[in-house]
Amino acid sequence: MTGSPLTAEIKPTVSGAPWRERAEEALFPPFVALLVALICGDLLILSYGQSPAAVYRLLLEGTWGNAYGFGQVLYKATTLAFTGLAVSFGLRAGLFNIGSESQLAAGGFAAALTGLALPVGTPLVLALPVCMIAAGLAGGVVGSVPAYLKTKFGAHEVIVTIMLNFIVLALLNWFIAGHLHVPETLHTPEIHAGALLRLADMFPRFHGSAANLSLVVAVLAAGVVWFYLFRARDGYDLRAVGLQPDAAEYGGISVGRVWLRALTLSGVIAGIGGINYVLGYKHYYEDGFAGGAGFMGIAVALVGRNHPIGVLIAAFFFATLSQGGLAIHAFVPKQMMDVLQGVVILAVAVSVPEVRRILRGARRRSDA
Amino acid sequence: MSQMEEGSASLPAIRMVGIEKSFGAIMANRRASLEVMPGEIHALVGENGAGKSTLMRILGGLMKPDAGRVEVNGRDVTGWSTNEAIAAGIGIVHQHFMLVPTLTVAENLVLGCEPKTRGVVLDYNRAAEDVQKLSSDTGLVVAPERLIADLSVGEAQRVEILKVLFRGARILVLDEPTAVLSPPEVRELWTVLRRLRDNGDTIVLITHRLDEVVELSDTITVMRAGQTVARIKTSETTPAEIAKLMVGREVSLSAGKRVQPIGRASDVRPDQGLEVRNLGITGSHGVRVVDGVSFKVNPGEILGIAGVEGNGQTELIEALAGLRSVSSGDILIDGVDITRRPVAVRHDAGLSHIPEDRHRRGLILEYTVADNLILGLQKYFAKRGVIDDDRVMDNAIEEITAFDIRPGNPLLPARALSGGNQQKVVVAREMGRGFSVLLASQPTRGVDVGAIEFIHQQLLDARAKGKAILLVSAELNEVLALSDRIAVMYRGKFAVVMPAAEASEEVLGEYMIGTKKGNAA
Repeated sequence: MTGSPLTAEIKPTVSGAPWRERAEEALFPPFVALLVALICGDLLILSYGQSPAAVYRLLLEGTWGNAYGFGQVLYKATTLAFTGLAVSFGLRAGLFNIGSESQLAAGGFAAALTGLALPVGTPLVLALPVCMIAAGLAGGVVGSVPAYLKTKFGAHEVIVTIMLNFIVLALLNWFIAGHLHVPETLHTPEIHAGALLRLADMFPRFHGSAANLSLVVAVLAAGVVWFYLFRARDGYDLRAVGLQPDAAEYGGISVGRVWLRALTLSGVIAGIGGINYVLGYKHYYEDGFAGGAGFMGIAVALVGRNHPIGVLIAAFFFATLSQGGLAIHAFVPKQMMDVLQGVVILAVAVSVPEVRRILRGARRRSDA
Repeated sequence: MSQMEEGSASLPAIRMVGIEKSFGAIMANRRASLEVMPGEIHALVGENGAGKSTLMRILGGLMKPDAGRVEVNGRDVTGWSTNEAIAAGIGIVHQHFMLVPTLTVAENLVLGCEPKTRGVVLDYNRAAEDVQKLSSDTGLVVAPERLIADLSVGEAQRVEILKVLFRGARILVLDEPTAVLSPPEVRELWTVLRRLRDNGDTIVLITHRLDEVVELSDTITVMRAGQTVARIKTSETTPAEIAKLMVGREVSLSAGKRVQPIGRASDVRPDQGLEVRNLGITGSHGVRVVDGVSFKVNPGEILGIAGVEGNGQTELIEALAGLRSVSSGDILIDGVDITRRPVAVRHDAGLSHIPEDRHRRGLILEYTVADNLILGLQKYFAKRGVIDDDRVMDNAIEEITAFDIRPGNPLLPARALSGGNQQKVVVAREMGRGFSVLLASQPTRGVDVGAIEFIHQQLLDARAKGKAILLVSAELNEVLALSDRIAVMYRGKFAVVMPAAEASEEVLGEYMIGTKKGNAA
């Protein structure tokens, strides 16, 4: 190697990894978005002739301020965490899964059927995994359809998942309305096994709230997703496909196989989310229980920057807004919270590149 | 005003003094300076990451300097905006074309300042006329009504130059304009640039090809590590001196001492190396982009493919690498038929590939250097499906040291590296894997002199170790210096295959533009 520019003077260093910069860039934009949303909220509240301070106080009291409200926030956050994780998982592979609404419903349905089929008194350690597997399978099956159509025929996953939402939800409605419902209702009978403990059963202060042990499952799911994405070889391949499909293909990664896997697993995650309502809250499947949580998962993934921890935080935040809307309903319409959610989503979308640019500029100046 | 006009003959067109610009801890420019007189062709040379592009971005108003002063025609314009720069007649022709492929030449040129009838409808005829006039005035011949998508690379570049001239540029900055051109196209470009200069335009040419610098420029500014190290008259220097100034030490300009071909060892089986039989590839619109190509690359041999870009070289390499399907023929590595096998199987069969486009194929820009160094090797760094971070990091540190990749931080995203260092990451990875056949496509494109020398040495070392290497390069010098045999590709076929000893730039040039047809199958 004589005559090469190889010099020993520069030693590679692992130090100086821009962890701090990355954390700042991950955390600042949502924070700025939140501020913008708060200001917009002020203006909205003022336009109703109310005092922003009073309304925000009410909002906080109704959500984090008492155990019941907090429990409801946790309950709503649980479903959103699952759907947010599902959507972000797809996005990491460069795929937009709009189907988490129907995957969530299918998962809940399968969990309920399994819970009904299991004999009464099946121990939870057995019933829960079985119900979860059923829920995940159902969501996965729904998710694998657009995955297959995309890899086989190049059908765009956005179109297929949207269409599939209608089909799957209509099918479930037909099952419930036509066959499985308890008379006079649109829900199944109560399940025999797999019912999860509510937080209220352990901490009486949470009495009446729907929060349950699915919350723990959601946090664990976030951990598993993180490990898969950032530690496993499959995750390396998945993110590579999402960032640069051409480079992934060059690196011997089968792009089609990754797509198939990513959309299917995205469906699995959304499907497992169905346990929150079915096993944790009502103990039966009811038509329409998803109630838009699947679609809200898109917003959660966006605000959570497609990172499992970000998704958990965003889910908690959106759940707070949703529950808060109920708390302040007496003063301002609860739809105001929908407006605020919209503002947050827009603000995040706009502020991420903008705030990042400002941060980098500031850093440059401070380094100079 | 009149005073300024009088004085303008002696005033430099561009004067940049004491320019400082840093990005985080990296000083892109420190006390950089540039002085360009009106009506001259000024070459700005330096290794990758020497700060040439930053300096030009500051001139074009894309960035503001941290310190220093920028003057254009004697006016202090430090920290101006792109719009102000364009209004003042600065035109930057970028390395990567910024044209809308679905629009015509004329439409691209008038984009943003369209002539309109009654203020609404595009006056296409007037646009075409304006373009035609400019085109004949400058000698940049392109038909205004042609679609950009139908143009060759050389023509597209002419459109890029026309575009800045159309906006009234009198100071032209060309960033590596010849990177994608064939020798005849380069000569045409030179004619145009000389003509523009003789009309009084000022031209700054960013390049790392020293032959171009010497042939074309009047004055040279050399940059190294963000600093301006020399400003010299072209007539008073030599390529060797410029190279020394750029790198800061002596460099050998030819690809170095030729290693003698290794004696064919007796244990080499006749089917070893790369064999391609009657390969055909059908492109879009049913065109045969590669048409019945057959060749063999033996172990310990470099087969160079020369040719004007767009004659099927890209498609050929992609097909060999498993990134494009073939319509006929066979591909064999060490006797194993891999014609229709996926990329991963080809890797296992002993294929390694330096792709021509490191940004699209060779690197995942958001991934760290360490992660990029295992792309395509993931399975060797994973245990039970989990990537072993310690080994990834050990591997990264080893490769960074061996290939002198800078900055030497394995956790930086690949995006943060300069082009030359990005290419070193790709080369390090592809040389590091076990392989018997290497596809090296434009291995030194956009890479600085020092790194070119290093990469060439790597290729020669691999050859000495008995690897079969297929080299595709737009740089004739490179093909001539490294290859044992040279093939010229013209319209999807091998026009000729000849021993490197019989080849010269002139001989190959004729085959490249199709005036001479040869022996090859």
